Amino acid sequence: MAVKVSLKVNGKSVSAEVEERTLLVTVIRENLRLTGTHVGCDTAQCGACTVSMNGKAVKSCSMLAMQAEGADVMTIEGVAKPDGTLHPMQAAFKEHHGLQCGFCTPGMVMNAIDYAKHHPDPTEEQIREALEGNLCRCTGYHNIVKAIGAGARAMAAGK
Amino acid sequence: MHAFKYHRPSSVNDAAALVKGEAKLLAGGQTLVQTMKLRLASPSDIIDLGTIKDLAGIKSDGKTLSIGAMTRHADVAHSAEVKKAIPALAALAAMIGDRQVRAMGTIGGSVANNDPAADYPAALLALNATITTNKGKHEADKFFKGMFTTALAADEIITGVSFQVPRRAAYTKFKNPASRFAIVGVFVADFGGSVRVAVTGAGAGVFRQADMEKALAAKFAPESVANIKVKQDGLNSDMHASAEYRAHLVTVMAKRAVEAALK
Repeated sequence: MAVKVSLKVNGKSVSAEVEERTLLVTVIRENLRLTGTHVGCDTAQCGACTVSMNGKAVKSCSMLAMQAEGADVMTIEGVAKPDGTLHPMQAAFKEHHGLQCGFCTPGMVMNAIDYAKHHPDPTEEQIREALEGNLCRCTGYHNIVKAIGAGARAMAAGK
Repeated sequence: MHAFKYHRPSSVNDAAALVKGEAKLLAGGQTLVQTMKLRLASPSDIIDLGTIKDLAGIKSDGKTLSIGAMTRHADVAHSAEVKKAIPALAALAAMIGDRQVRAMGTIGGSVANNDPAADYPAALLALNATITTNKGKHEADKFFKGMFTTALAADEIITGVSFQVPRRAAYTKFKNPASRFAIVGVFVADFGGSVRVAVTGAGAGVFRQADMEKALAAKFAPESVANIKVKQDGLNSDMHASAEYRAHLVTVMAKRAVEAALK
């Protein structure tokens, strides 16, 4: 049966008629056509589907859309300024080349932004631990870790 | 995922009234949603506990620490109240899954699911916890009934968990590097005179290790458990670890937990 789910995505109120079994990531990608949020493993391991819900990084493939009713969701598309200026965390990923193929990057950035809000100057070890829920099959993580450290410090400095 | 009917009750009583047939209660969904996607579970109805007020929260009176069923792992891990009363419990919550999972997963969901490799059941058993439901109370000792099985009735809903505050405690976990579940996890709690040791990941469900408890009650020191051999009979054996290896790990993890508790 179709049900209505209403939430805020990237600051805009949206609603969609969906089947009750629809995942949040499906609403984001297929109903709202925001395809920056990726589906990698579909088993809650890889974190490519990470979005921010009410300020916390969550895996949008691991929850029903109905669980996000009334929530304030931000996807990777909502992170940069409207004029295209990159968020400091995005800029740090670019600067430190924290990617290769880029598939995992949206989830990495969404998790990193949430993490950096609470950890303005993380150590390498802390960053690696914070990335437990995000897999990258290309880079070996080295530049991702560098990027998140630099991004966190840039966020703390208000850049 | 197979189709189901979705319900959003506003109270625990309303939720309990909706439980019938193949209905399932949804807490954080970090196990259930994935299980449904794999069609290992195909409930007729999903009863979402996420919008019921007052099911989340943390309270401590010095002797007991009470945590509401819908409290997320991240909130337990970061709680000043938990860190003060039972720092080992905050540390355990910070070890569950990954940070995105911890933002959604709940203590009530973990306890009701009773995954044989989950972390919380070890804490409940070692900290002599009481599980409160809409129908009454359960002692942790009589609650966990083996793999994915508990003493809960079908329409019984966990509302909270109360832990006895120990003198000192620690949890050490030998993680599966991929899933972060415990290959073996040991929670040691010293109540001054009595000691409780709970083991997760090793067997079909969480269990206490009586010989270690006795040795630690006599002397709370790592060497008290270092030479205790754990029998491998009935322990899990899989591609990650043999029963013999798990038995050995129980002793190693127990020793490290005692060391950590003494720090």
